[in-house]
Amino acid sequence: MKIEGRVWKFGDHVDTDLIIPARYLNISDPKELAKSCFADVRPEFVREVRTGDIAVAGINFGCGSSREHAPWAMKAAGIAAVIAKSCARIFYRNAFNIGLPVLESEDAPGMLRDGARIAVDILRGEIREADTGRVFLAKPIPEFMMKIIQSGGLVSCIRAMDTHGYGNGV
Amino acid sequence: MAMTITEKILAAHAGRESVSPDELIEVRVDLALANDITAPMAIRVFNELGKDAVFDRQKVALIQDHFVPNKDIASAQQVKLMREFARKHRIRHFFELGETGIEHVILPEKGLVCPGDLVIGADSHTCTYGALGAFSAGMGSTDLGAILATGKTWLKVPATIRLVYEGSLRPWVGGKDLILYTLGLLGVEGAVYKSLEFTGDAVDRLSMSHRFTMANMAVEAGAKNGIFAPDETTSAYMKGRSARPGRYFNSDPDAGYEQEIRIPVDDMEPQVALPHSPDKVKPVSKLDAIPLDQVFLGSCTNGRLEDLREAAGLLKGQKTAAGTRFIVIPGSPFIYKEAIKEGIIEAFLEAGAVIGPPCCGPCLGGHMGILAEGERALSTSNRNFLGRMGHPKSEVYLASPAVAAASAVMGHIASPDAL
Repeated sequence: MKIEGRVWKFGDHVDTDLIIPARYLNISDPKELAKSCFADVRPEFVREVRTGDIAVAGINFGCGSSREHAPWAMKAAGIAAVIAKSCARIFYRNAFNIGLPVLESEDAPGMLRDGARIAVDILRGEIREADTGRVFLAKPIPEFMMKIIQSGGLVSCIRAMDTHGYGNGV
Repeated sequence: MAMTITEKILAAHAGRESVSPDELIEVRVDLALANDITAPMAIRVFNELGKDAVFDRQKVALIQDHFVPNKDIASAQQVKLMREFARKHRIRHFFELGETGIEHVILPEKGLVCPGDLVIGADSHTCTYGALGAFSAGMGSTDLGAILATGKTWLKVPATIRLVYEGSLRPWVGGKDLILYTLGLLGVEGAVYKSLEFTGDAVDRLSMSHRFTMANMAVEAGAKNGIFAPDETTSAYMKGRSARPGRYFNSDPDAGYEQEIRIPVDDMEPQVALPHSPDKVKPVSKLDAIPLDQVFLGSCTNGRLEDLREAAGLLKGQKTAAGTRFIVIPGSPFIYKEAIKEGIIEAFLEAGAVIGPPCCGPCLGGHMGILAEGERALSTSNRNFLGRMGHPKSEVYLASPAVAAASAVMGHIASPDAL
């Protein structure tokens, strides 16, 4: 799985209210939600984001609410992956469940500039900056999460396993 | 093998003798919860999985509480979807207006959660039920949809941070102050993926209401769950609420903790979280008189009868300050009725407060009590993120019901001692 796009850079503790404010939660269609993604903190995001772009953030990205509207809004807006120093637990799980990969990297978020072009190899956890050729490494994605992402999300993953559960050893 | 209470509950639900931190396990779920924001997406996932029936119609709770009574057509459509799904699948625990209240208030109130249960909710504050000695955690709609279909989910066993609260609490200091102080210590990412276990003589003496408040905010430190060992206080609370006996687990004395933090409480003051994070905490006496446009008493953190009673007791016939709006929202119809009987509602009305119907209300800036640009509020809820209660250029401070009542009367953030 390889993704190429531009960096949308965010800081630490970006909460789900900032990703999609609660006043938009009376809708659950991802395409509609995408129109209000980051509405308060980066109003230009919706206008300028392109399919394949990558959100890069500091620590505790996605903290707060369990609203899956947050990763859905990002994904439907065009974001193809999230790279953060660390992620909040529920957001991390939600993102994988809907097929939005999350990489946790110590170095990349500090070094990558807003708008930089990067290529991300999800399987290898490798982030390459196009202009400089610099390569950053991410923590390996746990095998089980990788299985979900490779299936395209939890729904397809469960269907593929055709069981009541989640497959071997889990 | 020695285990913590959280590990014991997880092992019991995974059909295992024991579990250890970081293991991935599959568990069966005793209760699956979704609300009017998260249920529509969960229902979509359930339908995509192609199942004819939910795993157990007695073990699903669909609670309309965020945008009710419906504020617009879009939110009405969402509740309609829930209502039709509940009818079709004969969901036991779907509550209409008049019966419904804040999910994390009415589920314990109606005895739907017992000690030792494993509860998963598509709402981050599902961790509230840890107050009863249950394992409960928030997840998203896709996870919840899969649970509706299978009755199971997967979990990583969390390592546990043991918090030991020692000493005696001063007047007007309670669960909200203990948890705000703890968030100040841990930080908002201090317990990500962990379990918080609340122990010590100070919390042993706390009522269930205060324990619910503390467990509710475990997620503000990033924790997966917060939990109290169930005791006599728990069994007294459970009496007459459920036909199920529950299982009273307790941590083994030699259980493995990742960390133990001792917190002396004797000198603790009422605590206040400053904008825009629940971990920016200061004792109330260290704050200047910060003027307030609005005070909100309610939410799944502090919308219980005890909270309302404490705040109303403090008002003593005094009026809300000119220039300050005071919004009070009882967490459930039961609380509302009791508050009327006890004269609490009258006390609030006399003080100039407005009373809302049981719902999540202003807490998340979606419905009622929304802040305008430049406005400042004090709220008894759990989050004060940027723009949480309305305009991105508004400010929210978090505090206890006692501080809320005092602040409404003074018109600025104030200690209950000021009254």
